[in-house]
Amino acid sequence: MAAGPMKMRATLAAGYTDIRVLMTHPMETGQRKDSDGKLVPMHFIQNITVKVNGKPALECQVSQGVSRNPVFTFRLKGGARGDKIEVSWLDNLGETNSVETAVA
Amino acid sequence: MNSVRRTLLAALSLALLKPWAVLAATWNKDAFGAKTAADALKSLGIASAAPSSALAIEAPEIAENGAVVPIEITSKIPGTSSIAVIVDKNPFPLVAKFDFKEGALPFVKVNVKMGETSDVRVIAQADGKAHVATKEIKVTIGGCGG
Repeated sequence: MAAGPMKMRATLAAGYTDIRVLMTHPMETGQRKDSDGKLVPMHFIQNITVKVNGKPALECQVSQGVSRNPVFTFRLKGGARGDKIEVSWLDNLGETNSVETAVA
Repeated sequence: MNSVRRTLLAALSLALLKPWAVLAATWNKDAFGAKTAADALKSLGIASAAPSSALAIEAPEIAENGAVVPIEITSKIPGTSSIAVIVDKNPFPLVAKFDFKEGALPFVKVNVKMGETSDVRVIAQADGKAHVATKEIKVTIGGCGG
């Protein structure tokens, strides 16, 4: 399975902004074997950045210990409708993807 | 084309071809490659962490599927700047490190893999001090095998 699209939802809650983001990624640990008994090489997201209106709010480093097709929930102080949220990831093979949405 | 210009162009095209190089801020290879929780903490520069009740872990007592164990972390410690998640008995215990910048609340929900029943440690750093909360999660089916 290759890395694929992302989905994100950002909603205004009481005093904070709730961000839920889904990444399509195999998050291979390098320890799993395929049907031929060969080890599947490591392939996992290493860095995730959350930006609000172009400014970094969260920098995350993750390992192969995060589940396949990772889902994260983050929270931001306050916020307003229309704030631009951008989440991007970078994996150990240099692949990258990002998604952008406005706070609803 | 003179050689200076050629070098400059080569450098420029390299930079254009590798836009992710800018994104590749930091990934603590030593900490994530550590095979014990103690080594991971050492690589993160955390010497000792005091237990804190202001750091909450919400996770199931028993995880039926070790491949997806939801863990929700909330820190009420003022000035929390980062949170690290460590699954003690995983082959590579350090699972994630979150750095909170301006505007982010010290909260995160993440799904982790667990090979077997283990303590899950959450370490929050605030104003140069480290705080820890621990929760044991029992796993009935491991999530790291084939």
